[in-house]
Amino acid sequence: MPSTFAPPEIRRRPDDGVREGDHGNGRRPPTDKRTGGNGDGDNWDARPKGRRGPRERLISARIGLFFALAADLLFFIAIVSAFFVSRATGHFDAYNRYVNDWLPISLPSILWLNTAALVLSSVTAEIARQGMFREHDALEEWIGLGRPLSKRAGVWLSLTLLFGLLFLAGQVAAWKQLAAERAHLAGNPSSNYFYLITITHALHLVVGLGALALAMLMLRKGRSVITRQVWIDCSVWCWHAMGVFWILLFALLEFGQ
Amino acid sequence: MRALRLTHHRTVGFAYLGISLAAVAIGSFLSLIMRIHLAWPDRIFPGHGVLKPEEYLALVTMHGTIMLFFVMTVAPLSGFSNLILPAQIGATRMSYPRLNLFSCVLTAVAFLVACAAFFVPGGAPIGGWAAYPPLSASALAGPGQGLGMDLWLGSVALFSIASILSGVNTLTTITLRRCEGMSWNRLPLTVWAWLTASLLAALAFSVLLAALLMLLSDRHLGTAFFVPAGDLINGVIVSHKGSGSPLLWLHLFWFFGHPEVYIAILPGMGLTSMVLANFARRQIYGYRIMIATTLLIGLLGLTVWGHHMFVAGLNPFAGTVFSAASLAIALPSTAKVLSWIATSWRSRMQLTTAALFALGFVSLFIAGGLSGPILAQPILDEYLHNTFFVIAHFHMVMAMAATFGLFCAIYYWFPILFGTVLGEGLGKLHFWLTLLFSYSTFLPMHLTGIAGEPRHYAQLNGMPGPAAHLLATTMPLQRHISASAIGLAAVQLVFFVNVGLSLWRRRAISQNPWSATTLEWIPAGQALQCHQAPCQYSPDSTSFIPQWSTASENCPERE
Ligand code: HEM
Ligand SMILES: [Cu+2]
Repeated sequence: MPSTFAPPEIRRRPDDGVREGDHGNGRRPPTDKRTGGNGDGDNWDARPKGRRGPRERLISARIGLFFALAADLLFFIAIVSAFFVSRATGHFDAYNRYVNDWLPISLPSILWLNTAALVLSSVTAEIARQGMFREHDALEEWIGLGRPLSKRAGVWLSLTLLFGLLFLAGQVAAWKQLAAERAHLAGNPSSNYFYLITITHALHLVVGLGALALAMLMLRKGRSVITRQVWIDCSVWCWHAMGVFWILLFALLEFGQ
Repeated sequence: MRALRLTHHRTVGFAYLGISLAAVAIGSFLSLIMRIHLAWPDRIFPGHGVLKPEEYLALVTMHGTIMLFFVMTVAPLSGFSNLILPAQIGATRMSYPRLNLFSCVLTAVAFLVACAAFFVPGGAPIGGWAAYPPLSASALAGPGQGLGMDLWLGSVALFSIASILSGVNTLTTITLRRCEGMSWNRLPLTVWAWLTASLLAALAFSVLLAALLMLLSDRHLGTAFFVPAGDLINGVIVSHKGSGSPLLWLHLFWFFGHPEVYIAILPGMGLTSMVLANFARRQIYGYRIMIATTLLIGLLGLTVWGHHMFVAGLNPFAGTVFSAASLAIALPSTAKVLSWIATSWRSRMQLTTAALFALGFVSLFIAGGLSGPILAQPILDEYLHNTFFVIAHFHMVMAMAATFGLFCAIYYWFPILFGTVLGEGLGKLHFWLTLLFSYSTFLPMHLTGIAGEPRHYAQLNGMPGPAAHLLATTMPLQRHISASAIGLAAVQLVFFVNVGLSLWRRRAISQNPWSATTLEWIPAGQALQCHQAPCQYSPDSTSFIPQWSTASENCPERE
């Protein structure tokens, strides 16, 4: 092959220092300083892949989450495409007239409040997430002097859960309100889609809430700092994604009908 | 001992192979009953009686579903990627072992749910593997469209989730767990194929999942996504309001369906490239281009779904666009064929069974692929759609080619899976008989298709009218096809005997019996590092450079 070049790290790496079965766990946790995860001046290229320590685990979890979210995005893209197709579809009635049944539904204004709650929940989630990587506290927790990271994250995550539940309650209120106006799931094509979109999104949020709750559990049960960091980090990214999906879907429902 | 851990990728890989072995047994059994019924419609099945039309349709549906999902997707992609991929990229494990086990269990559950459809009142669904609405949206449409259809939808939904998750796992593993020196352009083509197929799986199955949820909601929650206004089934008006569109389902389904067929074939393509190069002792012709065509096939595969819908009421202009895109996808496919031919041409290839199966893959891919561009022209498809010509097309290019890919994988990697080799004598016998019977089964289907034999038809003779007369003339050919199909199934016994004998004898072999260059054959104890591009053999065929060797120390070829 013409394209053979040996990446330099192979030669540079000292072969001795690495023990078999040492996956780098237990090293210093990654912090917002964005070093290799093992303090200043750490060159993680010097260790083989799979044993590069905590930050490697964090990245691995994030990348997987990213792929999963990309797939999930396509789930919603499929529904949104179907939305546009159905909005433009009609049929011929008995008199050979072309009819398009789509009647836009006016959305309950509580959805705006829900959206605000969801945005707030993302803000608190982000505070929790970034807090997990504050260097001073991370080291303190790693050494075992206390649990400043977990405590703070727990508080912010509870707030997130609260706002998330508020959002879901608000969605239920919106469904009730629409039902009172006789806009049911099995009604006009537009309400088919309204419910399809809001319900599938709500199911996603329930999963997201479950992930956040699990992450909070891991704050107590997770044995190493990095485990707690990974759980918080990924569940929060997932939560953000659900928030972004909602804003896009809401915009579609509000302005796209 | 280590391999026994449940979350170990080899355990999971073997479990996937187990699932698809059970599935292929059931799926083939169903197909044989169909073939016997088509050729000898009055035949009485012991313990059952004559096959009723709705039972025939249930067989068609379940045969397609089981084969496409639980064999052609599970074995090449999930099964072999777990068994081989980590070793090939020099990883010690998959990125998410527990998630991996979970998707495997989910796949098994999905399979059981699908099989359960046979045993519920009404039996299995009868709408084909594409489950077109409006008939799939209502239990009135026939036996099997009630609970059976619900189970089918549930099964495919579970399968979709499992496939998305295992796709995510594979993608992450390839992105992050390549060993030192395993740069992207040193990845074996098999890994590129698994990468592309996993990407397609993660994306396509998400779309299918959305469509399935919508169809379930049409069935049970009274929505009308796919049910047209005034839909009349068996004299009953099913939907009063709304104007759903069955065509919408077709769009969503085939957006998934076309990539799905490439998911089934891509791993075989990658393996064929590697195996041909290995036994020809030649570099792969146009390695970079082969990587590009793999990705391009995946990418273009997402844009051609409309070629399944030419006669479904698609706007003719849209048909033209889809037709052009479909012809475009023939280009990277042809580039691959050319590379395979260029790699093997005049190479004095060592014709092991694995190499033979790779060559068989090429042969079937060409023979079946040729009918693709014919079908991809709306004007021709107008006649050929829903005939056995299509059946012939995809059984050659997908079903048989992918099966040959699987056999190639089993013969080639048997030493890695079971620590010994399969017997070459029986292997070659198995290959030649399988090749003969595949062609003998599926080539004549082109003819019956051109004669007008429709898909999903329980009976071809004994009906009035000129068209039926034409169909009845195909009966001798039908009997030939059925006999060949039985032969095709029967000669697989040779394979199982071979596996049994080889495992019993356990012939001792060297660490790297095929003198292969990729990392899964690395000697035990050697550091997992990659120093070379794959498939480097010296021009005079005296030595080769495996990926783990530093450039100076070439391994001498063994005789
Ligand atoms: C040169 C590239 C190809 C072209 C242009 C092509 C074109 C087509 C067209 C137009 C149809 C629809 C026929 C109809 O329903 O009337 C079709 C069906 C099909 N093709 Fe291909 N094809 C190609 C390659 C492949 C490959 C590589 C595979 C699988 C690995 C494949 C698998 C299938 C399957 C499974 C169906 C039938 C689906 C069904 O209706 O159940 N094709 N092909
Ligand atoms: Cu296609």
